Amino acid sequence: MSAANTMTLNLKIWRQKNPQTEGKLVDYRVENVSPDMSFLEMIDVLNEQLIHKGEDVIAFDHDCREGICGMCSMMIDGKAHGGFKNTTTCQVHMRMYKNGDTIVVEPFRANAFPIIKDLTVDRSAFDKIIMAGGYITANTGNAQDGNAVLIPKPIADEAMDAAACIGCGACVASCPNGSAMLFMGAKISQLALLPQGTPESAKRTLNMVHTHDTLGFGNCTTHAECEATCPKGISIEHIARMNREYTKATFTYYEKNRSEGGA
Amino acid sequence: MMTSAVNHYFCSSIGRKQLVAVTGLLLCGFLISHLLGNLLLLAGPDVFNIYAHKLVSMGPLIYLAEVGLTGIFLVHLGLAIKLNIENLKARGGKQRYYKKTNTGHGTTFMSQTMPLTGLVLLVFIILHLLNLKFGSYYPTTVAGVEMRDLYRTTMEYFQNIGNAIWYSFAMVCAAIHTAHGFGSAFQSLGLNHGKYFKHVKRLGYLYAVLVGGGFAFLSIWAHMKGV
Ligand code: SF4
Ligand code: FES
Repeated sequence: MSAANTMTLNLKIWRQKNPQTEGKLVDYRVENVSPDMSFLEMIDVLNEQLIHKGEDVIAFDHDCREGICGMCSMMIDGKAHGGFKNTTTCQVHMRMYKNGDTIVVEPFRANAFPIIKDLTVDRSAFDKIIMAGGYITANTGNAQDGNAVLIPKPIADEAMDAAACIGCGACVASCPNGSAMLFMGAKISQLALLPQGTPESAKRTLNMVHTHDTLGFGNCTTHAECEATCPKGISIEHIARMNREYTKATFTYYEKNRSEGGA
Repeated sequence: MMTSAVNHYFCSSIGRKQLVAVTGLLLCGFLISHLLGNLLLLAGPDVFNIYAHKLVSMGPLIYLAEVGLTGIFLVHLGLAIKLNIENLKARGGKQRYYKKTNTGHGTTFMSQTMPLTGLVLLVFIILHLLNLKFGSYYPTTVAGVEMRDLYRTTMEYFQNIGNAIWYSFAMVCAAIHTAHGFGSAFQSLGLNHGKYFKHVKRLGYLYAVLVGGGFAFLSIWAHMKGV
């Protein structure tokens, strides 16, 4: 790593001790940033410096660092995950920035995502939505023959596109209404498209949507800012599919009270 | 279960925005019929007055239509206000981003100004009813039938340049409001499909330009024509 290649960056990072205290942006200067570092590695370098100085390190979420787990977050320069097409924060590289740049780093903000500390936010509201029905209850037994259930390729592709959602919450963070419709649309859509998911689709959709509404998320007004920032390129067509499923379920689905199981 | 799901619907995020969508589309339909009626101004006082007279002479039907329209409008307005207040809170209340940049591929000027253009239209509609529907009453006789000279009321109203400008401004707001609202309504109703949605959006823009432009044009025409 030659010194000629490295950059010096000015950072403005949101520091907040805990959910109760007020936070503020604090200025930092990081030297020797290699263009090959990821954004998170750059924060690691800064944290090393803070440790040497005996200061409190900057808390931030991360795990896989390869764009698949959905843990990393951060609003970088006002855009979720930095605003690069189909890229999570951990996959943003410092070569996207120039020597001397000033970068503002804030946590994902939404009423349903309270700040825990610095850049970490509590996204467990997503887990609650999933727990309300984002799964199938059928006992699947052993893996069956791959061709036993035929699914047309375009449908399989569409379901796969929806399944690409990593639950990062960038959609909520960038939504002017703090709505989780894209995340929920992706989850409902993914299952509703496939034969394994359809039997429970109505009940799932009703439960997930009603849970979403109790968690402090907002209502979609079709800005489509979620679609534009989603690191997995999830389309708002999935929101429309969820809307269809929801309307259908509302007006057609019901369970009779039965004391015994059916035939 | 059935009834509880339906009850839930009217309190849920998706159910309520679908109601905003349906009422919005119905209001769009009303605007078309209103514009077509207004175009009769171009045909002169008699034709316009006869048309207006026919409408108000429909008795209970017209009252039913007026009550229905008011209901649709109030549902649209009330739910939109409620949803917007919830959204302001949901996006994080007072603690908002120090820096927030839009991607340029999502939210638009049209979608961001929905509450504002909506409020302009609310004020406009109230003034519009006061100035025209409940405005000065001139009697006239066309083909032996006594009726209101609504043509004169309308033309007099637009002689004031301030009125003509305000009216045109409100119609630009209506165009901006419907340009986003039209496509958004289809999306909320679940009618977004890769195959045709871009045409739906285009239709929304066409609607906005034709209807907003049509009303604005008539106001300017009326101002230029004189009484
Ligand atoms: S829809 Fe996209 S932005 Fe939202 S949680 Fe899933 S991957 Fe993240
Ligand atoms: S750390 Fe796993 S997606 Fe970024």
